[in-house]
Amino acid sequence: MATPTRPGSSATPLPPLPLPRTPGTPKAPKKKKRVNESIRTWRLTDRIGYVLMWAAGLTLCAIGIGILAFMAFKGLQYLRPDLIFSHPTVDPDQSKSGGFLDPLLGTILITLIGILIATPIAIAAATWIVEFGRPTWLARLIDSGIEIIAGTPDIVLALFGLVLFQQGIFGWMSFTAEGGAVFGRSFLTAGAMMSLIALPMVFAATREGLQAIPAHVREASYALGKTKAATIRRVLLPSVKANISTGAALGMGRIAGDTAIIVVLLGASLRLDPEGSIPFLRVLQGTGATLTSYVYNNSPAGEGNAPQKAYAAAFVLLLIVLGLNFAVDLIARSGKKSGLETSRLGAR
Amino acid sequence: MLDRLREPWTDRRAGLLLGALACFVLLVIVFIIVFMALRAWPSFAHNGLSWFSAKGNVDQQLDKMVNSGANPGSADYQLGAWPLIYATLLTTGLAAFVGLFFSLFSAIFIVEFAPNGVRRVIVPIVRLLAAIPSVIYGLIGILVLAPFVGNSLVSQERKGSVQYVIPLSGTGLMVAVAVLTVMITPIMIAITVDGLYSIPKPWKEGALALGVNRWRAMWTVTVRAARPAIIAGAVLATARALGEAIMISMVAGSKGFSPNPLDGLTFLFEPLRTLAATVVEDSESINAPAMQASLYAMALVLLAGAFFLSLGSWFAKQPLKKYGTRS
Repeated sequence: MATPTRPGSSATPLPPLPLPRTPGTPKAPKKKKRVNESIRTWRLTDRIGYVLMWAAGLTLCAIGIGILAFMAFKGLQYLRPDLIFSHPTVDPDQSKSGGFLDPLLGTILITLIGILIATPIAIAAATWIVEFGRPTWLARLIDSGIEIIAGTPDIVLALFGLVLFQQGIFGWMSFTAEGGAVFGRSFLTAGAMMSLIALPMVFAATREGLQAIPAHVREASYALGKTKAATIRRVLLPSVKANISTGAALGMGRIAGDTAIIVVLLGASLRLDPEGSIPFLRVLQGTGATLTSYVYNNSPAGEGNAPQKAYAAAFVLLLIVLGLNFAVDLIARSGKKSGLETSRLGAR
Repeated sequence: MLDRLREPWTDRRAGLLLGALACFVLLVIVFIIVFMALRAWPSFAHNGLSWFSAKGNVDQQLDKMVNSGANPGSADYQLGAWPLIYATLLTTGLAAFVGLFFSLFSAIFIVEFAPNGVRRVIVPIVRLLAAIPSVIYGLIGILVLAPFVGNSLVSQERKGSVQYVIPLSGTGLMVAVAVLTVMITPIMIAITVDGLYSIPKPWKEGALALGVNRWRAMWTVTVRAARPAIIAGAVLATARALGEAIMISMVAGSKGFSPNPLDGLTFLFEPLRTLAATVVEDSESINAPAMQASLYAMALVLLAGAFFLSLGSWFAKQPLKKYGTRS
């Protein structure tokens, strides 16, 4: 019989192909069901503790949701588009005192200045400590130094900035009076002090990322004949980009929310108040306001006393800060453990 | 010169450059201490150790400094900052004390007992509370809490009973401590949660296997072992509370007054002003030399306090290292 034989119809059938193992096919062991123990059998002290714990947790939820809902309600009630797009003016009447365009621009400007100064220094310090770190005592000293800066109250930094930038050699950063006295208050000086607030956060995030890179990555790069400097630039820093952006976003949130440095170091002018004649630089040398100082001045504690404006500005500020925190979540989606890493809350 | 910069960097040069930038941090710290001490010196020199004592009305002394002009005499430097120091210790201490228990229970809840649905809500909320700027806390405190306390909790008789000593308006110790507690709790929770996670699980499972209930296993084994982390978190959060200026200046009533615990419940409603709040509020008149020296002296005291608290937190955390898990 010369019937054509198909390859599949031989006497011994081919063994079935092993199915490609897709992740998820092997059934995860079913989650253990909690032992259903009744707390009624517990001792009284344990029961009190258990109830207190639930109470604390739920109170926390209530406070958080309450604050958010209240700010959103008040903010949406008082926020008008013309508030954002009009300049503020000094007027005891709330309806004539204008909006907060200048403070909004001030917040953006100060955040950018602060983070632009902080990021390079923080990355350099973190890279040096992880990759070079000799002599050891110096590395340890710098590490604790950054921790000290992180723990320094912002009001102390503000006063320090005032005395530092009133020295003659920093005269170009702010306004110099006739007699040669340096004013010391400007966007540049406030931004420089703000960078000290963001620096520990960028530093911590970068160092964490560098330490997480396994040693064999560096060794592979050295084996290819790259120098240490080239390894850092081409291999290590690109792979911690996400960490750096996380730290920077957190630092920006911290800068945008800080008030004490602004109140002391940015002068008290409501509008952007340029000094000198060089375009753009004159804005940086001048004084101004940010959303935080605007809220502070318009609260009953300040001179303005316009609570509606304060609520609206606070709502915008809250949106900015929460947006930055949301960005952190997007960047650092992977490798999330508890979501409450101390470095993420600025508590090292 | 520029051509040399273009060449690929040698390791030595890269190391030196990065190291120099890192040392910049140390330079900043030295500058902070030196500059602040120089400016603060006149105040300490004219007052000696009585700077830390109570002598008369602080607010009057500060007013006198503002009006003393460009060449103040020795009498203008007189300052007894005890009411401000006392207010700082009082608000910080009370907030840390309340926050410690609140955050400990919340952390246990997050780590061990919260159902998954609740945990998904509570973790973002803790981060939200940590992210809210202090000025927004202050705004809520002064526009919502203070009027509520002033109108509902403080009766007319209570106001009348002390009106010749100090007027009560709602802003005061209680509101300040309440808002401050909410502000520092997230930091405490984060460090406590970290500490609780770092305790090896088998320890608690051993206790469960011996038949104790879940709460007791958590409380007697995990929490006890994580005590260093809990204390470190509390101390670090206290350092944060110490330097809080804006929020306190908004809600604490801004009077250089020492609330007296012997006043009974009225104590909770009495206004006060902390060191940090004083610095922020009087920074407008910093051009008066006497005022300037006093404000820098206050800031220096705050800096020292924050430094020692950070140090204390570091020492408190050391015993935890021996478990060898996460730091």
